Amino acid sequence: MFSYIVRRILILPIILLGVTLLIFSMIMSLSPYERVSAYVKDPAQLKGGVAQLDALIEKHGLNDPWYQQYGRWLGNAVRGDFGWSESAGAPVTQAIRERFAATFEITLFALLPVILGGVLLGIFAAVHHNDPWDHISRILSIIGWSFPTFVFGLIVLMIFYGVLGWFPPGRLDNWALSIVNSPEFTNYTGLYVLDSILNLNFPVLLNALRHLVAPVFSISILWWAFLMRITRSSMLETLQKEYIRTARSKGLKERTLIYKHAVRNALIPVVTVSGQMVIGLMGGLVVVESIFDIRGMGKFLADAAQQLDYAGVLGGAIYFGFILIIINLIVDVSYALIDPRIRLE
Amino acid sequence: MEWQEIVYKLLKNKISLIGLVIIIVLGLIAIFAPWIAPPQNPDQPYYIPRAGWGNEPKPPSREHIFGTAEGQYDIFYGIIWGSRTAFIIGFTVVGISSLIGIILGTISAYYGGWIDEIIMRVTDIFMSIPFTIAAIVMTTILGRGLGNIMIALITFNWMSTARLMRSQVLSIKNEEFVQAARALGANDFRIIFKHIIVNTIFPVLIQASMNMGSIVITASTLSFLGIGTPEGYADWGQMISYARNWILGTQGNALKYWFTVLIPGTAITLFCLSWNLIGDAFRDILDPKMQS
Repeated sequence: MFSYIVRRILILPIILLGVTLLIFSMIMSLSPYERVSAYVKDPAQLKGGVAQLDALIEKHGLNDPWYQQYGRWLGNAVRGDFGWSESAGAPVTQAIRERFAATFEITLFALLPVILGGVLLGIFAAVHHNDPWDHISRILSIIGWSFPTFVFGLIVLMIFYGVLGWFPPGRLDNWALSIVNSPEFTNYTGLYVLDSILNLNFPVLLNALRHLVAPVFSISILWWAFLMRITRSSMLETLQKEYIRTARSKGLKERTLIYKHAVRNALIPVVTVSGQMVIGLMGGLVVVESIFDIRGMGKFLADAAQQLDYAGVLGGAIYFGFILIIINLIVDVSYALIDPRIRLE
Repeated sequence: MEWQEIVYKLLKNKISLIGLVIIIVLGLIAIFAPWIAPPQNPDQPYYIPRAGWGNEPKPPSREHIFGTAEGQYDIFYGIIWGSRTAFIIGFTVVGISSLIGIILGTISAYYGGWIDEIIMRVTDIFMSIPFTIAAIVMTTILGRGLGNIMIALITFNWMSTARLMRSQVLSIKNEEFVQAARALGANDFRIIFKHIIVNTIFPVLIQASMNMGSIVITASTLSFLGIGTPEGYADWGQMISYARNWILGTQGNALKYWFTVLIPGTAITLFCLSWNLIGDAFRDILDPKMQS
């Protein structure tokens, strides 16, 4: 067990280095004139025209051999300097720091319903294998899995905001925003739900929750369907195992059999796919934050891409990649904790 | 299981039959697009004709049976020619990236050792950037256009096939029939192509079929975000991006522009649904554990 975790952590720097090389080689396919934009904070800097640009390129060494540039870029990246993001009007790192909380909040609220709902429905469908219930939930999950997040999100916006007026876009209404930005309100974490509880301001809490419903719902539906499918098929497989048959033949109650013996083993594949789910959730965040106008990391990336803000796009991608690597590590380690067979490899 | 048996079971299964029918209908629409929606400019059939220059979408009418989107792009034309775009993206990206994955996964498992280690670490690195985000980064750098989208998607889509193929090959490479072929003096090339790939290909096909839907979704997500196909290109994601500004309707009539999102949304959902239905049924048929 210990050596597995150590091995896993030892690979980590190689992966990180590889990711930075991959991203850097994408940067290098741009011309120096395009790359220099990451160093231009103010258009007034460019008054000198091409000569000015050439001077800037020379100053930042954008014509040096690639390994020198990579070393310099990596050094800056380690210090958290990814250049100037034109679309955000701020350094990339600062822009992401300001936006991280909004994204974290959505993810946090999406995860629990997705995991709980998906797993429970999957177990339910497997226990009622070949019943009408099984067929209905199966068809629903295939439809849910086929629904693009951006189509679903727009329909949710149209119905729940346009028609019903229940769940408005943005993170807060204007009146709540002015409370949050006032000096009496302390921003401990940037998560409005948590902060409003800590400030004992319940109108803001309700408002923040109300704004979370639509994006969380839109991003969840796909992963709900996905987890349900995985749980169902894994549960079906487990229920056919011999130890289940043995337990049944010795007269164990069906409930105990399912929840004590089968579910635990059936959940192992669910842990394996959670990394894949995180990858998908991150993609979904870009779409959902753009549709519901939430200033998070996803919307930052989408805006940067639209405005050809290379520094913003690449910096954003590195942050997303970094988070993904950490989550994958957690998934792998917890996988080894749950399933003893993995440790022996 | 033999090919004929699998095809027979796919046709007998109601779920996959529905999927197959939808795919065939969409395929026919794509093939006969020039007759269903004749292009005004035959040199550039993929660009949607515009009925005027007004901004506001117009509801379905006799001339435009699905209405027009923002900028007076004819929705019917976009849907018909967009089916071609979807098939082109799906087949090209899934085909090429599966091929890359099959080759790398097989080499990795068959030779093992440091070759395996290197290929798997490279796979890990490519998997460390979330797929949609990697695609966004690469299309931003390459620029808009169908070819660039496909290059970006292929670059970051081969890894799961490689991993699947590797585990498949690992599980069979020491089986007796492979050893027998080796004992008979067959070379690596012949063993890999004649014996190993043929016996491990079905799970890859299931994965490819499920992949068709999600690839087309990602491609249209890029267009939806405004970094995919060029302005006015017949692409379902692009058509939905034209609906974004109109999604809340007008005062008192919130659903006024429903057609701008629901019609292209239905097209893309049906496309993905049908591939997923086929993949799902395919898996049930091939998985011996599900037979009882």
